[in-house]
Amino acid sequence: MMINDKNSQKIVDIIQNYARKHSLWILAYGTGCGAIEIPPTMTSRYDAERLGVRGAATPRQADVLLITGYLTTKTLKRVIRVYEQMQDPKYVIGFGSCTINGGMYWDSYNTIKALDRYLPVDVFINGCMPRPEAVLAGFAKLQELIQAGKADGARKYKENLEWYRANQKKVIPNWRMPEYNW
Amino acid sequence: MQEILQYTWGALVSFVVAFTVGITYMGLNRKITARVQNRIGPPWYQNFFDVLKLGSKETSIHHGVMQHMGPAFIMVTAVMSLLIIPILNDNRFFPNLNFHGDLVFLLYIMVFGPLGMALGAGQTGNPNSAIGVTRGLSQMVGFEIPWVMALVALMIQYKTTSIVDLMNLQAETGRWLMFTSPFAFLAAVLAMLGMFRYAPFDIVGAPQELASGPMSENGGKYLFVMMSAGSVFAFAKLTLYVDLFMGGANNLIILVVKTFILYLIPMLYGIVSPRYRTEQAIRYFWGWPSLFGLLAILQAVFL
Repeated sequence: MMINDKNSQKIVDIIQNYARKHSLWILAYGTGCGAIEIPPTMTSRYDAERLGVRGAATPRQADVLLITGYLTTKTLKRVIRVYEQMQDPKYVIGFGSCTINGGMYWDSYNTIKALDRYLPVDVFINGCMPRPEAVLAGFAKLQELIQAGKADGARKYKENLEWYRANQKKVIPNWRMPEYNW
Repeated sequence: MQEILQYTWGALVSFVVAFTVGITYMGLNRKITARVQNRIGPPWYQNFFDVLKLGSKETSIHHGVMQHMGPAFIMVTAVMSLLIIPILNDNRFFPNLNFHGDLVFLLYIMVFGPLGMALGAGQTGNPNSAIGVTRGLSQMVGFEIPWVMALVALMIQYKTTSIVDLMNLQAETGRWLMFTSPFAFLAAVLAMLGMFRYAPFDIVGAPQELASGPMSENGGKYLFVMMSAGSVFAFAKLTLYVDLFMGGANNLIILVVKTFILYLIPMLYGIVSPRYRTEQAIRYFWGWPSLFGLLAILQAVFL
């Protein structure tokens, strides 16, 4: 019996994806005003823990990076550091209008407008602010994508690293970051 | 040959039982905590998902050899103490490696894992880990004193250092040691609050102030090993308490019931308590629990 053939790998993938989708440890990076919607999502009114969503303390332990709101260019640098410290498989959720098109900061001189030019985003949650129901719907969508094996932002990031790096270096003037070689 | 096979089989089965029961207890802990906080909470089997996910994560962290060894030390400690502690009364279905003097050996081996983890956490160079390690070792200085006092009281009172002897004694007389030496039981249970590191004694891994302390640089498979070792160790400790004070158990169902009743003590105490500071935690253990330990020794010597 071959253990390493394609069909048995498929079964392993299904089991692993099932576990991954029911255990999402989030690192809520409270960049903007969206962070205020996280406490009601986690506490007794909406209780995201019943879906397996739980806060992680450090980037090393987290699966989902939750970018809550606008990102200044200064914060973007930290977010990139945090994202690259996370372990595969990892997912990014863009939270609020500001991560999609800049939202109410569309003409600001020091915020970025579209997050997916700098980091691979798996799920966007629309709204300003998105209510906890919308956040839970976003998590449900991410779970769907994980089960289908389509939440592969981390792979895209590795494959198109030059493009992402060029975009990041364009907006971050003093680029002093370690160079990784995956 | 027959004997070696039997011991290997017993070790495997007791590991699987300890893992399953320990992980289920942790899931029940999350569920009960959620119900107390008026939430629905995760299902009781949530921790199985967590363990499976952590085990299937890729890991590319390297800070040095000791960092990789740290979780392994915890696992070794958990498995060793599980193999020393007799699980059932007549020691038939799970033949374990207990010997005369295993109570003294356990006292040493139970400290071994946290010390190894301290070395591992030290090498990551994370300041949160360093603070967590100092807090953890200080807390250990706190709860080890009533714990050792309780065990020494038992050793003096019944003139044995073997867990099996103590279990046989309870089976013969039909009286649990928690009634014949109540002060030792009280001191040991209060020390258990610190051993489990739930609130109010969760100063080591306090997620809000230390970013989970010693394991803050460890993700994925390291956490997988730590979580499994934690659940096995929790089961081993609870079984030790049942063996020593509550007359052991004749089958697995009685064992699970007794251990769960014991497990409710640190769990429920933790749900309604905020977190102590380090010096408050040490002062707590050196107060009433140590006094009960002293009373236990006095009772053992003079009665």
